Amino acid sequence: MTTYESDVLADPGRPGEPSAALLEVSDLEVSFPSEDGRVRAVRGLSYRVAAGEVLGIVGESGSGKSVSSLAVMGLLPPSARIGGSIRLRGQELLGLSDTELSRIRGRKVAMVFQDPLSALTPVYTVGDQIAEALLVHGGRSTTPSAARNRAVELLDLVGIPNAAERVKAFPHEFSGGMRQRAVIAMAIANDPDLIIADEPTTALDVTVQAQVLEVLKTAQEVTGAGIVLITHDLGVVAGTADRVIVMYAGKAVESGTVDEIFATPRMPYTLGLLGSIPRLDVGRGQPLVPIEGQPPSLVALPPGCPFSPRCPLREAACDAGEPELLPAPGAGPDHRAACIRTADLAAADAEGGDLAAELFDAHVVEAERVDAETRIDREVVLGVDRLVKHYPVRTGGLFRRKVGAVQAVDGVTFDVRAGETLGLVGESGCGKSTTIMEIMNLDPPMGGSIQVLGSQVEGLSRADRKRIRRDLQIVFQDPMASLDPRLPVRDLIAEPMEIQGFDKDHISRRVPELMKLVGLRSEQINRYPGEFSGGQRQRICIARALALEPKVLVLDEPVSALDVSIQAGVLNLLDELKARLGLAYLFVAHDLSVVRHIADRVAVMYLGKIVEIGGVEEVFAAPQHPYTQALLSAIPVPDPEVERRRERVLLTGDLPSPANPPSGCRFRTRCQLFATLDEEKQQRCIDVEPPREGALPAEPDAPVADHEVACHWARIRTVV
Amino acid sequence: MARFLARRLVNYVALCLVATFLAFALAAMTFDPVGKLQARNPPPPQATIDAKRAELRLDEPIPQRFVLWLGDAVQGDFGRTVVNQSISDELPRRIGVSLRLFLLGTVVGIGLGVILGVASAIRQYRFSDYAATFFSFVILSTPVFLLGLLLKYLALELNSAAGAQLLVFTGETTPGFQGGFWAALVDRVQHLVLPTLTIALGQIAYYSRYQRSAMLDVLGSDFLRTAQAKGLTRRKALFKHGLRTALVPMATLFAFGFGLLITGGTFTERIFGWYGMGDWLVYGIEQDDTNITATVTLFVAVLVLISGWLSDVFYALLDPRVRLR
Amino acid sequence: MTTTDVTGGTGKAVPTGGANPVDVPLDAVEAETEGVTRGKLVLRRFLRNRLALTGLVILVLLYALSLTSPLFAPWRYDEYDYLSFLQGPSASHWFGTSQIGEDVFAQTMRGLQRSLTIGLLTAAISIVIASVVGACAGYFGGWVDRGLMWVVDLLLVLPSFLIIAVISPALRGSSWILFVLLLGMFAWMITARILRGMTLTLREREFVKAARFMGAPSGLIIRRHILPNMASLMIIDVTITVGSTILLETGLSYFGFGVQPPDVSLGTLIRDGSTAALTTPWLFLFAGGLLVVSVLAVNFIGDGLRDALDPNARRGRKVRHDEDPDVEVERPRTPRARQEEPS
Repeated sequence: MTTYESDVLADPGRPGEPSAALLEVSDLEVSFPSEDGRVRAVRGLSYRVAAGEVLGIVGESGSGKSVSSLAVMGLLPPSARIGGSIRLRGQELLGLSDTELSRIRGRKVAMVFQDPLSALTPVYTVGDQIAEALLVHGGRSTTPSAARNRAVELLDLVGIPNAAERVKAFPHEFSGGMRQRAVIAMAIANDPDLIIADEPTTALDVTVQAQVLEVLKTAQEVTGAGIVLITHDLGVVAGTADRVIVMYAGKAVESGTVDEIFATPRMPYTLGLLGSIPRLDVGRGQPLVPIEGQPPSLVALPPGCPFSPRCPLREAACDAGEPELLPAPGAGPDHRAACIRTADLAAADAEGGDLAAELFDAHVVEAERVDAETRIDREVVLGVDRLVKHYPVRTGGLFRRKVGAVQAVDGVTFDVRAGETLGLVGESGCGKSTTIMEIMNLDPPMGGSIQVLGSQVEGLSRADRKRIRRDLQIVFQDPMASLDPRLPVRDLIAEPMEIQGFDKDHISRRVPELMKLVGLRSEQINRYPGEFSGGQRQRICIARALALEPKVLVLDEPVSALDVSIQAGVLNLLDELKARLGLAYLFVAHDLSVVRHIADRVAVMYLGKIVEIGGVEEVFAAPQHPYTQALLSAIPVPDPEVERRRERVLLTGDLPSPANPPSGCRFRTRCQLFATLDEEKQQRCIDVEPPREGALPAEPDAPVADHEVACHWARIRTVV
Repeated sequence: MARFLARRLVNYVALCLVATFLAFALAAMTFDPVGKLQARNPPPPQATIDAKRAELRLDEPIPQRFVLWLGDAVQGDFGRTVVNQSISDELPRRIGVSLRLFLLGTVVGIGLGVILGVASAIRQYRFSDYAATFFSFVILSTPVFLLGLLLKYLALELNSAAGAQLLVFTGETTPGFQGGFWAALVDRVQHLVLPTLTIALGQIAYYSRYQRSAMLDVLGSDFLRTAQAKGLTRRKALFKHGLRTALVPMATLFAFGFGLLITGGTFTERIFGWYGMGDWLVYGIEQDDTNITATVTLFVAVLVLISGWLSDVFYALLDPRVRLR
Repeated sequence: MTTTDVTGGTGKAVPTGGANPVDVPLDAVEAETEGVTRGKLVLRRFLRNRLALTGLVILVLLYALSLTSPLFAPWRYDEYDYLSFLQGPSASHWFGTSQIGEDVFAQTMRGLQRSLTIGLLTAAISIVIASVVGACAGYFGGWVDRGLMWVVDLLLVLPSFLIIAVISPALRGSSWILFVLLLGMFAWMITARILRGMTLTLREREFVKAARFMGAPSGLIIRRHILPNMASLMIIDVTITVGSTILLETGLSYFGFGVQPPDVSLGTLIRDGSTAALTTPWLFLFAGGLLVVSVLAVNFIGDGLRDALDPNARRGRKVRHDEDPDVEVERPRTPRARQEEPS
């Protein structure tokens, strides 16, 4: 911990000495009872955090990262069995009574939880809950009114506008981002020494994530606290952490400074993880590394390295005993990895090249790039013209009255041509899901028109609709929710064919074919979805969607419910299927890096309208709408160097209510450009809704590109 | 707002009317009030029977009879019984008797039920939890009339053990009781204990089960964890944040709990000789009396809907999410 | 309105939390239970619940006893022993005799059999009505929903006890089967309300949408996806209905509005025995005891089934600290407001 001189400035302890560690966790063991035996969720985890330092703990679901932090807070359920030692400034926390711990919690150690929607008590006001944190620890000297005033200050500090008014609001009146700010305000209320943030941004949209991370940074500056940042998102870690621990199956498998971990990973798992993330700054040419298999069960772990069943470097010795976390050869003193083949990795790395891709045998899918030039000649397989969908709004709760209309989709126009992929991106509530639901319903829209494979949706007969459904299929976000848990795989994949009236022979021939196509073994035909992992389930969904040999596949966030290492495999499959079967995709996502990887064209939606649309290269290289620029800039890149260099465009506030969108340009209330405009220009934004027009060419004399933007004052700004 | 409440009220009134009509029509179709007259020995003259039929409007179509009855009812006249007594004269007393029983049973039931449920949830899987659970299950598996009988039996044992009439199990007061205010109060309480207990036990069991599971839900909630994370002890977090939130779903149960109570109340009144509405209903059916049946039905319907409305109000009071903004 | 809906649990020593204990990835647990079908898992969970198992054994034994008792009992239920009036239990009359010389054991067994049969049949009728009404109201929405729910509201305003009591004079002298039909007609409302609520959620679930987007007709979706996915709830509800119906039936019979003489049910037996309850307790104590024991057994079975079939509904939330990333991010939300539960 001596490496970070600059951070030691904030450290009141003596740098360099072991006692300087703010938090010292050693040999932490946590296990829980379960139906199948004890689950060893954390198996011997040791780490230290110095004052003012940001430690990132990274891992996939079930790696034990959240459990270990709850153990520090003493908030594990009583059924948990905990062993090892947790010391805060030398004081042992394990074994303290609840009363003793309650004096430490909130005052010395504070915590920010993952899900801001459920983290606040619904029946008390936000202000009361923040004030409570002060009153609990304040002793007699803190009066309720002083605590209340301080609550206002704190809310103001975390960037809640009009804080004096908003303290009186109940949690349900706050958006997710605002609630997370309130939780952070609560956490910093007593100026703690350590803040544990458990996936603080996972439940939030990217633009809000960027804001909240910024608030956390402010909180750290104000309190000088050490931060433990737990996340599954390597991008978030790259931009914020000083040091990183990678966890797998309840253990740290690699630790080191953020630069070392990202630049020279010495554990194959870390290497694979880094290679599996589609990068915003690379795009299509990047081979995505799928890590086959799934994490082991923590109930009865076999001896040996827990990662070995998934590891490309596996050898017999790997299964003999579990490797210790040892200093990696040829790396800094603090860089440790738990792998017996670190030396081989180091040697291979020295040779250069894309190590992850080589090791995990990942390839770029060779598909002919659909040519932008010939786009106009290709058939329109899915056309949406000025689509409108409004929902009635009612007041919540008891007395429901109709008070207006949510303009979920308000004049959306795009088309998807044969063989191409259109990525439809935007934050929650922008209307992208509504758009695809409208398409899939095949009902006459409220306004505008939808055209599928040459037929207008209005005036379709029942039989026509059934026929069109053969060519238009969908894959949903959550593979668990989109498969009926009570049907075996055979029935699930056969369902569309049965509905369309195919004969039994055809179906029983086709099902194994489809399973093979998506990479499932046909012996699994009688299994139930519950017996498959998330990635496999998504493959079942894809197989089902392909059963009728459709021409268009609508993909609704198909990988966002999956862990990164599994996500890569599904993305590769989609790439491959498109190339082999000549499909057209409408790919809905909130993750722009995924879109950059898979799409040919991209449409960016904001509040029910498309603000920018065009070829992926054009839009990502030269985004012209301020919203696209902000969105792109908010996405973290898993590379600490790039992150440090990047300039962030931070949006202010939350998405306005779609029931009452701003006049003129809908984005103007959060627009970073709007603020810099003179009054006359601003007036235009307020009065006139910007039309979608061909964008300025990136170079003055470049050929007219496939790129449209809806902004009065569009200008290019590179943010990736 | 006002329009909404009005619409809701209209719906309530419509429900009450249709419910009452249904009961009236069913009763009018199945009851045979002159049957007993005809079965007398020696049979009364046909003229007497005809007069009775005319008096009870038995020969008119049922909807017409209902409209006539309703027309009088809105003016406060609920008609006359088969034996030609005024229902309206008897009604207030009977309502008073029933409401006393229902309200006391509800208050005791909710109060003790919530306490028992919370205690049970906090001490989950301990002996007291198992004991409370077992008690609730047994009570909920025992029909009210059997519970009443058993309590009566126990009271008898108690009285003979004490050598005095500590608990009385017939009627609401001793007939012809003379004495001062305090003596009268004691007399009333002596009569009140057993029926109230009969009613309240079921309510306690019912509410405590739901309160227990609502509390258990809250025990694992994120906000309770947040409260602890900011430095509240588990105990304090449980009471200040947990209990308060766990009370919210109880409000919606109130309407159903009240329905349970009405049926139970009928049995209780009958067993302990309280002349309330439930007792009247049984009497009315036994006497083939359409007017009594319709009147009691109307009373029950109004009670159920008031409890539903109160349920809404409690919900709004407890949960800021449904409060008017 | 006689809901014996017992939530809360009898509980086990270990909080199971279904298939998702703290922080363990679903996959890890599932890998372990691979090959174990859902049915086996449910059975395992149920068998571990000792109270529920005891309840099941007792109920089966009681029903078997009541059905087979004529084969070995010394007296028939409609036989009179003119030499033995109002006698306590003895070797010949195991539960004693009544004022007119009926054998209380034979009568109690007959009554128990009648009451249990009525409870089971009524629950069967009620679940059929409830699932059709609940699924249709929830799935189709609109006026179908409003109409059906209005009927439900109406029937909830009129306690079923009241309606059946009013109709009962018409039943005098008719078969008990008619009585069962009547009970069934008024026992389905609360279940229907619950199933409707569940259908509303299921309808928005992606696998139902997926089926709709494949072009599946509504009837098929309801049969194939909605009803099977409510099966656990329906099974649990059937047991609850069995219990509450037995209570309602015995109550009605107690007042003479239910099973009509010469037939007997536990309710009529308790009524007949209670007149002299304080001096000749055997007349009602055996019937009353068996009644409580059977309903208790049914309720324990229901509770055990709930634990086994639907563990997440109650315990799951208690011990879940989901690490599952992204699932909650940008899930398609229907702006349609939450369906209100009218009271």
